[in-house]
Amino acid sequence: MSKSFDRRDFLKLGGAAAALAATGCATPGGAKARVVVLGGGFGGATAAKYIRLWGPAVEVVMVERNTDFVSCPISNLVYGGSKTMADITYGYSGLARYGVQVVHDQATAVDTSAKTVRLARGGDLKYDRLVVSPGIDFMVEQIDGYVSAMNSGRVLHAWKAGPQTVALQRQLAEMRDGGVYVLSVPLAPYRCPPGPYERASQVASYFKKHKPRAKVLIVDANPDVTSKGKLFKQAWADLYPGMIEFRGNAKAIGVDARAGTVKLEVEDVKGDVLNVVPAQRAGDIAVQAGLITANNRWCGVDWRTTESTAVKGVHVLGDATLSAPGMPKSGSMANQQAKVCAAAVVAMLNGREPDADPKIVNMCYSFVSDNEVIHVTSVHELDGSKKTFVAVKGAGGLSPARNTLEAKYAWAWAQNIWSDMLG
Amino acid sequence: MRIALICAAALAAAPISVSAQDAGRNLAASCAMCHGTTGYSVGGNEPLAGMPKDELERKFKEFRSGAKPATAMHQISKGYSDGQLAQIAAFFAAQKK
Repeated sequence: MSKSFDRRDFLKLGGAAAALAATGCATPGGAKARVVVLGGGFGGATAAKYIRLWGPAVEVVMVERNTDFVSCPISNLVYGGSKTMADITYGYSGLARYGVQVVHDQATAVDTSAKTVRLARGGDLKYDRLVVSPGIDFMVEQIDGYVSAMNSGRVLHAWKAGPQTVALQRQLAEMRDGGVYVLSVPLAPYRCPPGPYERASQVASYFKKHKPRAKVLIVDANPDVTSKGKLFKQAWADLYPGMIEFRGNAKAIGVDARAGTVKLEVEDVKGDVLNVVPAQRAGDIAVQAGLITANNRWCGVDWRTTESTAVKGVHVLGDATLSAPGMPKSGSMANQQAKVCAAAVVAMLNGREPDADPKIVNMCYSFVSDNEVIHVTSVHELDGSKKTFVAVKGAGGLSPARNTLEAKYAWAWAQNIWSDMLG
Repeated sequence: MRIALICAAALAAAPISVSAQDAGRNLAASCAMCHGTTGYSVGGNEPLAGMPKDELERKFKEFRSGAKPATAMHQISKGYSDGQLAQIAAFFAAQKK
């Protein structure tokens, strides 16, 4: 990589990147600013689309390694049986209508001085501003035996929707009636606070219909259910009596797939299906790019613009960020942060001040059965420092009780947010 | 990149603060995850694009006061001032139905 860079060209042109270079030229008479977006999830895809929507003169290249988007939200319903993988899988082709150039490749390195992204197959991409939305990777080293247990295919996290979702569904289907499904939950913060409890509910819903003597055992590193606790516990008591057991302060420190054991700090538990979710940190590319600022795990950002506090010109979104107080790591939040980012990026590229008063909303629905839902919502605004978000007092709240009306709204949320990011 | 920065600098020597129009657009963008991009709902929830400003403001205020029953909008609406609501309503009213 010794040649000088042309900002619109690649040094090494591979398949997808070559096609991109051909279509990615500036209009005559002016250089277009290029924004590169790493990751096509709730944060990255939304940012890519909205930068084009609000800044039609900006060239946007989104790098995503997967050919399809598989949604984590709603994915627990695949275990319950009311939704399929097809229901949670979307293509990326809709982004072309907004002029987003999607490159299916893996970003392997970022050089924040040269402002380039190295791709596994496609050479180097130059950027004027970079948006990093890599999601999470797992701190597998914190659980003894995890890597070999995962590689054997016997222990799954299924905390990224996709092949592991299919594999966990298969393990549950093959499990004997009377067996035990163990779900190990890491200490907060982790992706999707109510996710584990929704998953337990959906697995219990499947057991109730197909394996009525089976049990769900939640071993949770947190002292109690971390989100919508009363509502989940009421649903478990009413809908799945005697089926779901919750143990708090039960942190997994090891796993033995062959023996079917999860080793906790205080005891060992046995199970037929071991769904062990390790602690998480910002995705690998954020680590490589030098964006981690907190506890070797998360990326600090200036929330007015989502610009990294470590590297100027780089924005970070979604689960990879050091969350503002009261801000969950959720798909909704990533979608909303992406719009703060998009508005700021377009303003900054045009020499304008970014919006000083962004306001965003979190909306998290959880299905406790096929057709009953509970929600938590909150509204977030910048605090006096104008650098971090705080929850607006008096706004937001929970469902008073599980209900079927919100199952319709939850599905409407899913369809609209998927469309908002991808179509 | 250098060219882009020089152009930007020439166009705007001093940063201009966000316009009221952009502020409304930015606030309204939060609604999209349930009501669709620019208020064009793809299903299940009420479309907001093209809704007259008065109508949207009235409904929102009824959610906020509790006069209109809701599952979540009574909680979300409490996070917005009348001024912000007016900006959001103006944005959606300006969109084609």
